[in-house]
Amino acid sequence: MTAALPLPGALADIWVYLSATPLLGLTLTLLVYHGAFLIYQRSGFNPLANPVAIAIAVLATLLWATGTPYATYFEGAQFVHFLLGPATVALSIPLFEQLARLKRLWLPIVGALVVGTLAATVTAIGVGWALGASRATLASLAPKSVTSPVAMGIAEKIGGIPSLTAVLVAATGIIGAASARFLFDALRIKDPIVRGFALGTAAHGIGTARAFQVSEEMGAFAGLAMGLSALFSAVALPLVAGLLLKWV
Amino acid sequence: MIPALATLLVFQLLGEALVLMTGVPMPGPVVGLALLLFTLVLRPPVLGAIKPTAQTLLQHLSLLFVPAGVGVMLHLQRLGNEALAIGVALVVSTLVGLASAALTMAWLMKRTHR
Repeated sequence: MTAALPLPGALADIWVYLSATPLLGLTLTLLVYHGAFLIYQRSGFNPLANPVAIAIAVLATLLWATGTPYATYFEGAQFVHFLLGPATVALSIPLFEQLARLKRLWLPIVGALVVGTLAATVTAIGVGWALGASRATLASLAPKSVTSPVAMGIAEKIGGIPSLTAVLVAATGIIGAASARFLFDALRIKDPIVRGFALGTAAHGIGTARAFQVSEEMGAFAGLAMGLSALFSAVALPLVAGLLLKWV
Repeated sequence: MIPALATLLVFQLLGEALVLMTGVPMPGPVVGLALLLFTLVLRPPVLGAIKPTAQTLLQHLSLLFVPAGVGVMLHLQRLGNEALAIGVALVVSTLVGLASAALTMAWLMKRTHR
């Protein structure tokens, strides 16, 4: 029997060996994301063909089909995940470059930031609570509009599950990036500065990546919003969400 | 590229250290962001040295969310049990966040520029 089918056995051995090294998780993440991005590109950057959503769906299916535990995959993928830290620090560059405009537009910027961030948090907790979500889920939902490293930190502080928050953050970014164009058109919001800033406020890095694909100016304001929202949320959300969660 | 990456990591490290020392309720990378912004304001030439690397990193920002997103596998049961609440809360709050930020900003810009 083994002589008749030598290949599957050998392949299985190779798979067992490779799936235990970080190399496979890392390579798969980059390859699958690249493939997802090509699909997005070929769709003419259609917001509905979001590359993050495609990549996550493909990778999760692949891991499930091969019976590979998430922890094994993450041993390799953590190298990509780690870059979220330096990328957060790097947000100071678009912030610095827009500093002159920031001074001129400080009132609209601060207003949009505070209203957008708090509205997203309060509706997330409110709707989740009304539909019967558990406390841990509500606490994990609360910071979902903030970029992941910050959101995970907030979730931990208010009794949420950081790894669940990371998933909800990605989902929020995908929903925001996919729906923003249609929503802004319906609201007759045309100014790229306003569109970019709202996208960065409500849909963090994935929204910002989407904004950069539309225009440099829109991307800069999305990056600015994401950086400011990270700063503002890190201070305000533990207080606001903590207070709301005490009531529910 | 290496000095730029080192600079970003140094500021992240400074941020983490400051958080550990003072106990401020903020993630380390965000404090690093603020420290680097402050440094750029004091010493603008630093920008040229880190800009290309920072831009590359920010251009591929959405890739960085993929590994954590695949963690959806770990939470399938909770997500299944609370699918309606989580799904509706995500969609509604994201749309409300987008719309309220955009409308507030457009309204305030119109007011201040008149």
